[in-house]
Amino acid sequence: MEQLALFDASPRWTVTELTRHLRQLLEADPDLQGIWVQGEISNLSKPSSGHIYFTLKDSGAALRCVLWKTEAAHLRFAPQDGMAIEAHGSLGIYEVSGQYQLYADSLRPLGEGALYQEFLRLKAVLEAEGLFDMARKRPIPASPRRIGIVTSQTGAALQDMLNTLRRRMPLAEVTLAPTPVQGAEAPLALVAALRNLNRVTAPDVILLARGGGSIEDLWAFNDERLVHAVTESQAPVITGVGHETDFTLADFAADLRAPTPSAAAELATSITVLDLRQTLNEIEQILAGSMGALFERQHNLLEGFQSGLRFYSPLRRVQTERQRVDELSRRGNAMQAHRLELAAAQLKGFQNRLTALSPLAVLQRGYAVVTKNKRVVASKSQVQDGDALRIRLRDGEFDAHVSGDG
Amino acid sequence: MAKNEPKPIDVLTYEEAFADLETIVAALESGERPLEESMTLFERGQALTKRCAELLDKAELKVQALVDESLVDFEESQ
Repeated sequence: MEQLALFDASPRWTVTELTRHLRQLLEADPDLQGIWVQGEISNLSKPSSGHIYFTLKDSGAALRCVLWKTEAAHLRFAPQDGMAIEAHGSLGIYEVSGQYQLYADSLRPLGEGALYQEFLRLKAVLEAEGLFDMARKRPIPASPRRIGIVTSQTGAALQDMLNTLRRRMPLAEVTLAPTPVQGAEAPLALVAALRNLNRVTAPDVILLARGGGSIEDLWAFNDERLVHAVTESQAPVITGVGHETDFTLADFAADLRAPTPSAAAELATSITVLDLRQTLNEIEQILAGSMGALFERQHNLLEGFQSGLRFYSPLRRVQTERQRVDELSRRGNAMQAHRLELAAAQLKGFQNRLTALSPLAVLQRGYAVVTKNKRVVASKSQVQDGDALRIRLRDGEFDAHVSGDG
Repeated sequence: MAKNEPKPIDVLTYEEAFADLETIVAALESGERPLEESMTLFERGQALTKRCAELLDKAELKVQALVDESLVDFEESQ
């Protein structure tokens, strides 16, 4: 048997080479990478390094598992011995001990997988109904006065939100509609809280929130009735459910989704008291500046008036008037001449008319004017025998005496 | 808002006071008001600024709870 070894053509490995080869085989197999493995936790250990080591077993076999510290920090539940879970990860080999194991990156309680399938189914249905359309989303007011909160009265989520609101916008008025956020009665209670809040206080925005928990804990926020109530809310809704990695159907229906309750409170107060203070300071400056500008303007006006006064000063006026007088007198002369001409023509006319009316004109036609003591004699009764009369004819006068009174 | 019968400043909410203040600043900046009126506006503006600052300093988040369709003050359990 020993001799055979001399002619043996079997491959030869060092332990390291063999282990590395096995490791490469495992890591190259897509069926062994990025997989879910179901089993029960045993031999759980959490050393101070923060990594978690455990064995996953079922009735027939056992599998060593490790969950590194960075992934362990994202766990939403505390794994314990005896717990039935699903571990997600990839198979590999720890070469130092030749131990093959599952390098897990996340764990979930058994049963969540089925819930997740249900979540996807319902999400597809509601999506098809158009409830998640971006066009439905309403804008969030930048500075809401009334903020409604729908959450548990006792949860840390409420404290987180109130602290955030108090810090960022203490001028706001908050109305809490307390409601259970998990359990069988939660979905309808959440719906009622949303509706009451809208009806009674008509808030400017509503925060629908819950702290972190397992997928079962958050399940009420995947309820179809709540999704409809969110889309029917008069006030825009910001959701803050669970942690950053949790997405619920209420989140998809909301007008805005925040990763956590306090983030929801932040998104509801995009204008903070600090912003108000700054704006107030600015407007105070503008106010003071406007007064300065006003005085400046008044000053300029006064200066304008002063130069106006100089412009219209009497001295200048006198000069101007003098010039005007000259001007007027030049124009006046021409007008005067014209006026005289008119007057002359008029006079001539009057003369003609006077001439026509004159008794002397009658003399031209052979009549005589008889006067006695410079008074015209128009009647026989005016004269007596022996009166001295004066007779006027066209070309001269002569005296006559009355002789005989006819 | 400030034109006809300005409300007494100490009853204005922050939003009202600030809106009033903005109107006044706009009026003053336009420079169309007579000096006398501008002085009055400026004084009211200063009082409004003070009111706003006070409201910000004193502001305390008001929290109420909706119980059976009526509002009651909410006691926080710290």
